[in-house]
Amino acid sequence: MEYFAIIIGAIFVNNVVLAQFLGICPFLGVSSKVETSMGMGAAVTFVMALSSVVVWLIQTYILAPLGIEFMQTIVFILVIAALVQMVEIVLKKVSPSLYQALGIFLPLITTNCAVLGVALLMVQKEYGLLEGLVYSVSTALGFAVALVLFAGMRERLEFEEVPKVFEGVPIALITAALLAMAFMGFSGLV
Amino acid sequence: MSNNRLSLVWKGLIKENPTFVLVLGMCPTLGTTTSAINGLGMGVATMAVLIMSNVVIAMIKNLIPDKVRIPAFIVVIASFVTVIEMLMQAYVPSLYAALGVFIPLIVVNCIILGRAEAFASKNGVLDSALDGVGIGLGFTLSLTVIGAVREILGSGSIFGLSLGISDYMPLVFVLAPGAFLVLGFLMVLFNKYLKK
Repeated sequence: MEYFAIIIGAIFVNNVVLAQFLGICPFLGVSSKVETSMGMGAAVTFVMALSSVVVWLIQTYILAPLGIEFMQTIVFILVIAALVQMVEIVLKKVSPSLYQALGIFLPLITTNCAVLGVALLMVQKEYGLLEGLVYSVSTALGFAVALVLFAGMRERLEFEEVPKVFEGVPIALITAALLAMAFMGFSGLV
Repeated sequence: MSNNRLSLVWKGLIKENPTFVLVLGMCPTLGTTTSAINGLGMGVATMAVLIMSNVVIAMIKNLIPDKVRIPAFIVVIASFVTVIEMLMQAYVPSLYAALGVFIPLIVVNCIILGRAEAFASKNGVLDSALDGVGIGLGFTLSLTVIGAVREILGSGSIFGLSLGISDYMPLVFVLAPGAFLVLGFLMVLFNKYLKK
């Protein structure tokens, strides 16, 4: 039941993009096609799951015992950057087809604040290893859901006549506002 | 000289405004602007990190091997973010609590890494500092404006001062959808009247 609450909470109620404003750059940048946003969603899920485990281990067995939690920001960002590089190298060797699918998204993920944000939030919420993993995977799924929904809306927008000053980012933001409003309907669910 | 340097500061406000023109650093822009004071606080914190990291990177740019420059920049930025984080925790705890996770996340704000890569790694210390001031002021101004608009529309006050109309204001503007909506419409106004 507890895990169920974490999952529903992270995907719908506190959606990482639409309620917590993390990972807005890829949300606005990559979401013009449904297919690419699925790829991005998958890549983020993969990296977030990995990084949450690594970050949890570092926090619990290195930073906390030594009492140097203030190093969190520096350590986490370096770990995530290194991890993304490693995933890229490993994936290239082990599964070229998966690398082809996810490859172009991986470098973008280092600067995706959702990954670092979830790592920091997970530590802040004092989750255990399994809870943390469930939390980060569901958050990533929430990111993917928002991205794919948004991409679907934007694909349609392409055929609409938008006033000149609204073109590009402004209309995307206003669309996102409507989507966020729809997601507000989930509040109070858990 | 002074004219040139002045334009370095000036361009960040309108012509290369990081929020409305370059559309960078969207996460803190949307996430922290629930009130004018929060937007201002976030802007100033980001500006401080930006100026300091620009200065340090301009100083050490010749020492860093080209291949590892991005990780090196990130370490410099992350160090300053940690400093700012501790200072805010000590001196402005309420603002620190309000901004929450977005303070450590200054580290992944693309504006800062972007300026390090595009400007500070190619220019002198003074110019880089001024560039930091200009872009930082532009970011602070945008965030404060967005925060003020959301605060007025959502809670009927400005900088915490009640305007006496709070009962008639739709709360949605301080919630998540309001952030997207206000930024979208402000961007339209910016495009229409200022971007030339």
